Amino acid sequence: MNVIEATGLGKRYGRAWALRDAALAIPAGHVVALVGPNGAGKTTLLYMSVGLTGPTAGRITVLGSEPAGSPAALDQIAFVAQDAPLYRNLPVADMLHLTRNLNRRWDQQRAEARLSELSIPLDRKVGKLSVGQQAQLALTLALARRPRLLVLDEPLSSLDPVARHDFMASLMAAVAEDGLSVVLSSHVIADLERVADYLIVLSHGQVQVAGEVEELMAFHSMLTGPAAAADDLAERLAVVHVRRAGTQAHLLVRNSGPAEPVPPGWEANPVGLEELVLAYLREPGAAALPGPTARAAQRTGVTA
Amino acid sequence: MTIDKQTEVERAAIAFRLDPGSGVPTYLQLVQQVEHALRLGYLGQGDRLPTVKEVVSSLAINPNTVLKAYRELEHKGLAAGRPGQGTFVQGTPGTLGLGELTALRKTLLAWLRTADAAGLDEAGMVALFTTALRDFGGERGVVPPGQRSHDRRGGTPVPGARDGSRGQAGRATAEGVA
Repeated sequence: MNVIEATGLGKRYGRAWALRDAALAIPAGHVVALVGPNGAGKTTLLYMSVGLTGPTAGRITVLGSEPAGSPAALDQIAFVAQDAPLYRNLPVADMLHLTRNLNRRWDQQRAEARLSELSIPLDRKVGKLSVGQQAQLALTLALARRPRLLVLDEPLSSLDPVARHDFMASLMAAVAEDGLSVVLSSHVIADLERVADYLIVLSHGQVQVAGEVEELMAFHSMLTGPAAAADDLAERLAVVHVRRAGTQAHLLVRNSGPAEPVPPGWEANPVGLEELVLAYLREPGAAALPGPTARAAQRTGVTA
Repeated sequence: MTIDKQTEVERAAIAFRLDPGSGVPTYLQLVQQVEHALRLGYLGQGDRLPTVKEVVSSLAINPNTVLKAYRELEHKGLAAGRPGQGTFVQGTPGTLGLGELTALRKTLLAWLRTADAAGLDEAGMVALFTTALRDFGGERGVVPPGQRSHDRRGGTPVPGARDGSRGQAGRATAEGVA
């Protein structure tokens, strides 16, 4: 089952396309990182997946084949918008009460247990909680709905390092317990490196990379060797990005299989998630997409 | 706050830590820390490893990473899962006899002296050793190339990583015993 599936998906605001011709098929059971620069279309994609806005073109379904935004879909999806929107003047208990009455699925016991674990008092006003506690409260409200898919838009952007770690830790514990699928966006890739096992890179409203992190890592490598031979090598291999100095060149290449031999005279090293994402973002022409719609990693112009 | 809670709940013999700069994949770091703890005696037959939830709650990593590490340990015959109870230590990593280890260490020290005399510094030695080890792994064709240098680098005792895991294992054991 795919938690989010999209074909030809597009969203236009006025004359500008926020997202264009997006094809996605995200399998269930993953923690999906949606990354890309500001304005790449991350929030637009998330909004469409939870039905907060409709597509201009194409279609999007969630959790099998439920149309995004349909009652059946919404029952099984929880969404936490950026900066954890909550009613600041309400006590925590009232916030629970409110959310409980607005939703069909609700696990009060779980919500209270989580809050007590986090030492968040029920009688405290939301506005008096720390930013980290507010984020945890928003996460608690979302999890108490027992969703099968949890969508979070920039959940870490306003948190300090400790709060980030604690938030991610409790999110991962929920994943371990419930086996729910998670999609979260961020423009800070380092935040997601240990957490995500599925990656989507959005750039200029286009899906540039989509796939399982482990597979992406296995299929990409950094070749380091003589700059003089770089052009020749780029002719034969799918080069995503080239960094070239006087005598030495680094080529981030996409291999056709995990067992691709290293060209003689070159040294191959594995790439990190951040390195991979940056390389793609710097080369808008390159793409790594699965399935029949894949635009194979194109040979991009070698930059001097 | 969180740390206090962890120690209360934690009944597992060891606690994991991650070295973000090591370049070793997270799952492999977990595997290596278990192996290391076994070699040093912090872990023994029948000890319970931390549950997946315990690990992800302290390290904030994907649960699948922990599952992968535990599968790898099971595959190596070092641990076994008991449904509903957790994962338990089953065996010990195949270690060489003390005599053999001493002999190997001697040869290595001799090599280090030669390298030093030739003017190679410590970083140079590490680089050379790592490359040679990787080529060796490649020759044997055991490790898939995608992970080759990860695994190889992982197999090399990186001083920082080892000290870290030892410190962690020591601390965890102290808690476990107390």
